[in-house]
Amino acid sequence: MTASSTLLAVEGVRKLFPLGRGGVLDRLRGRRVPLLHAVDGVDFRIGAGESVGLVGESGCGKSTLVRLITRTLDPTEGAIRFDGEDLARIPARQFASAPQRPGIQMVFQDPTDSLNPRHTSRDAIAEPLRRLAGLSGRALAERVEEAAAQVQLPEALLGRYPHQLSGGQKARVGIARAIALRPRLLVLDEPTAALDVSVQAVILHLLADLKTRLGMSYLFVSHDLDVVRLLCDRVLVMYLGRIVEEGPAGELFALPRHPYTRALLSAIPGQAGAGAQRIRLEGDPVSPVDPDPKRCRFLGRCPEGEAACASASPVLLECGPGHRAACLRLPPPGGAG
Amino acid sequence: MSAPLIADADHPVPLLDVQSLGVEFQTRSGTVRAIQDVSLSVRRGETVGVVGESGSGKSVLFYSVLGILDAAGRVTGGRAVFGGLDLTAASPSELAELRGREAAMIFQNPRAALNPIRKVGRQIEDVLARHTSTPSAQLRARAIEALAAVRIPDPERRYHAYPFELSGGLCQRVMIALSLACSPSLLIADEPTTGLDVTTQAAVMDLIRELATRRRMATVLITHDLGLAADYCDRIVVMHAGHVVETAPTAQLFAKPRHPYTARLVATTPHGAQSLSALAAIPGNLPDLRRADLPNCRFSERCDRKEAACVSEPLTTTEFEAGHRVACRRPL
Repeated sequence: MTASSTLLAVEGVRKLFPLGRGGVLDRLRGRRVPLLHAVDGVDFRIGAGESVGLVGESGCGKSTLVRLITRTLDPTEGAIRFDGEDLARIPARQFASAPQRPGIQMVFQDPTDSLNPRHTSRDAIAEPLRRLAGLSGRALAERVEEAAAQVQLPEALLGRYPHQLSGGQKARVGIARAIALRPRLLVLDEPTAALDVSVQAVILHLLADLKTRLGMSYLFVSHDLDVVRLLCDRVLVMYLGRIVEEGPAGELFALPRHPYTRALLSAIPGQAGAGAQRIRLEGDPVSPVDPDPKRCRFLGRCPEGEAACASASPVLLECGPGHRAACLRLPPPGGAG
Repeated sequence: MSAPLIADADHPVPLLDVQSLGVEFQTRSGTVRAIQDVSLSVRRGETVGVVGESGSGKSVLFYSVLGILDAAGRVTGGRAVFGGLDLTAASPSELAELRGREAAMIFQNPRAALNPIRKVGRQIEDVLARHTSTPSAQLRARAIEALAAVRIPDPERRYHAYPFELSGGLCQRVMIALSLACSPSLLIADEPTTGLDVTTQAAVMDLIRELATRRRMATVLITHDLGLAADYCDRIVVMHAGHVVETAPTAQLFAKPRHPYTARLVATTPHGAQSLSALAAIPGNLPDLRRADLPNCRFSERCDRKEAACVSEPLTTTEFEAGHRVACRRPL
């Protein structure tokens, strides 16, 4: 994945949600409205044909980041370059009709909730083709059948409604709908979380196979770290609006550098027999509302935190080839690891 | 004061003993034979995992034990003896008395199981008032204690919270506090950590285990996450399409699964798989339990070791070593 061209470059993206509008009195008194720092200065790239995993606890800003990238939400600042073009400049309201829109598609978490119960599989897959590619008639039918074939959804099921399909079949409809427009970037939000392990295995194989055949890039959001390890080339670990570690999947799982990543990995069930010492995080994350900019956000829950962490916010530093982590306690780059 | 745990685990009479239980559902499209000839037992101080795909009957089994089956469901045979009382023959009022006090259940989705328009502290008080003789003046203090016992930070403030004001992990802890408020002797945890983060999952499971050990509860963990079952259970019961196919002590089940279904289930689990290609899938689906011609072994249609007798002859259960039972004609 080294020499691949960059498909998506997210640069210094922030999304701050004001909490309340702030009344006239507040403004007169010069009082600031509190800001929730959902995504707070995120940089990363996804290469063409690369699959990148995004992991972190709920509330860490994963979903906000996804909504920024799929352009259903406007960033407060920063650039989102897709194929060299800055999408952040297109307002979210206009993005639906932007020419770049078909290039980024999304597979949603729960295949039951994300399908219209009154639409057949055929309608569900046809909808984006009709709206974004302007297809109709014979051409539309052909593309729907092609997408269904790509996800191995039997044609007989195209006339069925969601309640007549199994979980795995619904997941296939959700994927077919997303790939029908031949996107270059597929954003997958926990695509297998609602599935049984046996079905999950089949869908993961399908996703891996589609990626090679269609040459798409994946941004794979999940809190199932085992799934991310198996499907992704590179992994981003997010904590309270920031990326705290990023690296090649194999290396990050074998040699996690950030204490948060280590805690996440040690919380994966099924390791009790391995003799590994569990790292347990105590307490809740600090509030994302106006966090202290001069303090590590993981401090308080971090098992390795020290006094210095309270007065300096760590930045991502190189700690291996393509491997970066944001922790003050890491040895400086070039030092003995 | 009390006998040590080991003695409990060896106690000849299990706290919950389910024998040849059968459950059917009447639907417009036919009778669903959801549970057939299921036997299992749980002793005091023991944690038993019940695993299997969705639709294997894990939840229905325990709904029928607690008498909270859907109106369309009916127990067709067998017994479920809990501390000497046959639950399948007990009256609704006996069962209502038992539920919440002696046997409690943690439901899958805490947000759906909690009352959305009642403060969480009040909901715990309701359980205490219904099942214990706590004087009403002390209810509040006891509810706050219950919240503190599941390590909810700032319990006095959280007492006044409504479920929508709490995160998923906190709601789950409230659910656990609610189930444990009356110190039940049997806890049934139905997918208690689905939808939670791995870190929260670990915290919630550690908490259940700690409370179970301290209060010598018999615990049933219903899950489809084999990794979770491996970490927290003493014994594991594998279910497939309403049958128990294998029962074994945890280490033994993973070291040497005997039933082809268990082996396949272990192979589909992403944990420990070196690459995606090592992740196998289980062919086929669960059979339609409405079918009149269901084979005797309900796994036979998905099994590569099946022979004619698997379909035509009654299912036999073999005991390999102490406590390792397999319902298969051609075990691995």
